Amino acid sequence: MSLADDQTLGAAAARDEDEIRRARAARIEKIAKWALPVAIMALAIMGWGWIVRANEIPHYILPGPNLVWDSLVNDWAILIDAAYLTGWITLLALLLAVVGGAGLAILFNQSKMLELSFYPYAVILQVTPVVSIAPLIFIYVDSKVAGMLLCAWLVAFFPVLSSTTLGLNSVDHNLRDLFRIYGATRWQRLRFLQLPSALPYFLGGLKIAGGLSLIGAVVAELVAGTGGIGSGLAFRIQEAGYRLNIARMFAALALVAAMGVFIFAALSFLSHLLLKNWHESAVAREK
Amino acid sequence: MAVHHHDTLPLGQRPPLLKLRHVDKVFSGDVVALKDMNLQVNQGDFISLLGPSGCGKSTALRIISDLMHPTRGRVDWEGGHGRGDLGVVFQEPTLMPWATVSQNVWLPFRLAGKSYGEVKDDVLEVLRLVGLEKFQNSYPRELSGGMKMRVSIARAIVTNPRLILMDEPFAALDEITRHKLNNDLLKLKAQIGCTVIFVTHSVFESVFLSDRIVVMAARPGRVLTELEVDAPYPRGEEFRTSAEYAAHARRASEALKEAMGEPA
Repeated sequence: MSLADDQTLGAAAARDEDEIRRARAARIEKIAKWALPVAIMALAIMGWGWIVRANEIPHYILPGPNLVWDSLVNDWAILIDAAYLTGWITLLALLLAVVGGAGLAILFNQSKMLELSFYPYAVILQVTPVVSIAPLIFIYVDSKVAGMLLCAWLVAFFPVLSSTTLGLNSVDHNLRDLFRIYGATRWQRLRFLQLPSALPYFLGGLKIAGGLSLIGAVVAELVAGTGGIGSGLAFRIQEAGYRLNIARMFAALALVAAMGVFIFAALSFLSHLLLKNWHESAVAREK
Repeated sequence: MAVHHHDTLPLGQRPPLLKLRHVDKVFSGDVVALKDMNLQVNQGDFISLLGPSGCGKSTALRIISDLMHPTRGRVDWEGGHGRGDLGVVFQEPTLMPWATVSQNVWLPFRLAGKSYGEVKDDVLEVLRLVGLEKFQNSYPRELSGGMKMRVSIARAIVTNPRLILMDEPFAALDEITRHKLNNDLLKLKAQIGCTVIFVTHSVFESVFLSDRIVVMAARPGRVLTELEVDAPYPRGEEFRTSAEYAAHARRASEALKEAMGEPA
């Protein structure tokens, strides 16, 4: 046997049973990650349809999945309009939450006195349920849109504020010393050191805020009712409920859920893009 | 050439660079971290501060780098000092994880308001000096511990500082990497002729690297004695195995034992 043969044999032997098993497990897990949830959903919908048919449940109590699907198709024009409004409010509220939350965090970080003065009130705003503040807001705020934005903002800004504050304070102490030794200004320290250090924390808060701003928008719609500005998904759910159009309730609910999933996925993707080069959370490691 | 070479004169002929005069540091709670420390640092010195933990060697570095004010006494620089006069290497590489290697080395210049274009040649030159020119666009997490430390050293020398402070820079590295970095640090010093104060608790490291060893004792932190290692540079592997090296190491060990309160 030649030396070359020896080496090829060695390479083949290096991929031992254990490695092959591990590679197979990784492949299966990759497929299962998508296939399993989809299969579960398909089974649940089939089970739901079977229960409705077997027990002859009337559609005004529990419609079958086919009716919900019909409603989704037939009422698409109404539903997409509603989704557009709810989505718009959610997005604007999230944007304001980012500006307000991160802005306040930076202000608090720059001035300890400001933080000591106002942080407790940020906490009070956060722990008071938005459902209980919303009716008051709509008494004093004439514009429905402004009121809804305010409600959604109130629930969404706090996670951004608290996580960004934590991030700004989590700077490596040696790096902080290094910046001092090189005579960095306050602005340079913020721009080149604290903001990049805070980015992973901020993005964590942003993911939570994304979900919360949708909740805030939905709650605000339920409280505000309709009023000349068109109606969002939450209002459509309520309205369909009054009319015993249960299928449309489910259809609108499915859209709200889809919107929440979309926001979460989009923010996760953004987070991955911003952190993939350097942050541990975004770096793929061997198992 | 952006990084200047300073000639190193023999011990005893070097002009002074800075003086610590009767420096005391007392922390709140009456902990005396440093008591009456006097030290003259000359241009071209490679000084090791050797001592057990709690002897005030890191406190001394913090006072020299202006991160801390002495309770009494003062630090006088010959001709005053400003931004960029000091390079610092910490025990951890202390790199910004979100920035590439070249961006990390650019930092001292960036904080002085210089664009990357202005100083690119300097940055690339120091990266070449520490053997990392191929990694200028890598992120710190892609590098080994020893390579990160080299980036940290490149950043410390890029402004061509008058004094480089190193606070146990290789303590967290494995023995092989540590030897390699010790050799390379001496080569680097020969190339640019910088002045170094090097904090360590390793007798062998201090003898191999420095020409002056300042032995410090704890409680209260103070200078106990100073030893000269008059072996000529360049020092390589053959110095590590020489009788001269062993003799110096024995002297330093005895001084360290005394510093730790044991009979020599």
